[in-house]
Amino acid sequence: MNSHSNAVPESRLESQIMAPSVVSASRRMYWSVRRELWESRSIYIAPLAVAALFLFGFLISTVHLPARMRAALALNPAQQHEFIERPYIFAAFLIMGTTFIVAVFYCLDALQGERRDRSILFWKSLPVSDFTTVLSKASIPLVIIPLLTFAITVVMQLIMLLLSTAVLLGSGMSGSTLWAQSSLFQISLMLLYHLVAVHALWYAPIYGWLLLVSAWARRAAFLWAVLPPLAIGVVEKIAFNTSHFGNLLKYRFGGGAAGVCFTARGLPMDPLMQLTPLKFLATPGLWIGLAVAAAFIFAAARLRRYQGPI
Amino acid sequence: MACIEARGLRKAFGTTIALDGVNLRVEEGRILGLIGPNGAGKTTALNAILGLTPYHGELRVLGRDPWTERDQLMRDVCFIADIAVLPRWARVSQLLDYVAGVHPRFDRGKAEGFLAKTIIQRGSKVRELSKGMVAQLHLALVMAIDAKLLVLDEPTLGLDILYRKQFYDSLLNDYFDRSRTIVVTTHQVEEVQHVLTDLMFINQGKIVLDCGMEEFESRYLEVTVHPEQVAAARAFKPIQERQVFGRSILLFDHVERQQLTALGEVRTPSIADVFVAVIGNQAGAARAILKERRYE
Repeated sequence: MNSHSNAVPESRLESQIMAPSVVSASRRMYWSVRRELWESRSIYIAPLAVAALFLFGFLISTVHLPARMRAALALNPAQQHEFIERPYIFAAFLIMGTTFIVAVFYCLDALQGERRDRSILFWKSLPVSDFTTVLSKASIPLVIIPLLTFAITVVMQLIMLLLSTAVLLGSGMSGSTLWAQSSLFQISLMLLYHLVAVHALWYAPIYGWLLLVSAWARRAAFLWAVLPPLAIGVVEKIAFNTSHFGNLLKYRFGGGAAGVCFTARGLPMDPLMQLTPLKFLATPGLWIGLAVAAAFIFAAARLRRYQGPI
Repeated sequence: MACIEARGLRKAFGTTIALDGVNLRVEEGRILGLIGPNGAGKTTALNAILGLTPYHGELRVLGRDPWTERDQLMRDVCFIADIAVLPRWARVSQLLDYVAGVHPRFDRGKAEGFLAKTIIQRGSKVRELSKGMVAQLHLALVMAIDAKLLVLDEPTLGLDILYRKQFYDSLLNDYFDRSRTIVVTTHQVEEVQHVLTDLMFINQGKIVLDCGMEEFESRYLEVTVHPEQVAAARAFKPIQERQVFGRSILLFDHVERQQLTALGEVRTPSIADVFVAVIGNQAGAARAILKERRYE
């Protein structure tokens, strides 16, 4: 005990010398994002599990690959391209669908979970503002999940391609058609564009709304997120016999983004020609959506200030 | 500058008044015990001080408005709001990393040093630790922060006596250095009596007693009165009288020690006994007022 109480003043002196060290806003943000990844490991475990499962299925399907390749070689180049490309596109959509569901459930729990397990009292005892915290949580669906989706998909497609090549070489065929027609680089670029344009920017107000509900609802966040918009649509239909609100949601979830950031398919040889970033950026829906998302996120941060454990 | 300064602090939840015009001033370097029955407003007062709840009235903590400047204030203030608020999913090492990442005054080496004296493993998750170990971990994190004010709201609730004793011992020996201020609320009053420098009783949203421990010790005296002198002792208007093993124990407020020594054995009462006397009398007085009103 004695030796210890002697040691205290020294370390106290040290900490006083170190005291002026300042933690920058970006460092607080960095650690807050890391904290989210520690807590919600499903963010990467779910897509990795789906990818592993898909690869397992793909591995079994390669038994028939040489036969299918022989059939494909008889097709014209456009059909051949589509035929070879198909599993790679399917893989990308599978991972995107998974990570979208993960993002939705992450957002719904992000600000309710910390109140439910009372840990909000610990987080609030540290010099991190509500705004930084909410922003770090919003960055998960807006930045981290799209990037993660991209990385997992590209690696997965690469494994598929290498696997297929190995099988083809093993059965005495050349992999050159496969490499030429699968056009992985172009698929990757399109994927990245799609993720940024649709999953991050276009869907931003959806994530913002879910975060706001999560900050506000004491329980059943999913119901609070889904039922009020549904109710608005129903009331509008009954009162005015119109469905503007419903169409608005449909536009947000469905065709809206895809219609403005890609042209219709039909120019098969160079898929990058399908990208229309300028048209996308000129769409008012994008900017209105982003403004709404910012308002939701700001409201969620203000709400968190008032909230304690539930 | 006072560490905490409040004037006319008010807070109501619907029709329930949690804080009813609280005035308080806590100087630097004090260890204040905030004692009150359940629902007296202790936690509300602390939440206001920590910027966790909005309030009416004037409140300054280290010169800042806690409600609008919570995040800056938390550089100089730490609190343990409750045991078991550490996130159950987190590993010990992750908590160390995170606090070191966001807190400019956190000394990681110091925290590791405190943890080395426990059996807590760096790789354990909080959910795997016992209640006492979680309290130790939280205290280790908090004591490694070079803060000016530490607020503890029932920090030892539900812990066994060994952990409770150890908790206050390490707080006193390894943390408190007379330049820091500590505010603590607890129901285990007897365990903090020797720790405190100041004492405050709060009841029904009002501060009903505010004094230093030295003042407390000279002001309140407890006398085990010889049976033949009970009547003489009652003349000094004790604030409380109780029977223990057939002997009368009388509690006096503002009576000179010399006057009491003739009556029996004089000693300093426990905070708990004074608390029961002060709050109990208040409750009794309140009941009497209500009764009178009913008869009017």
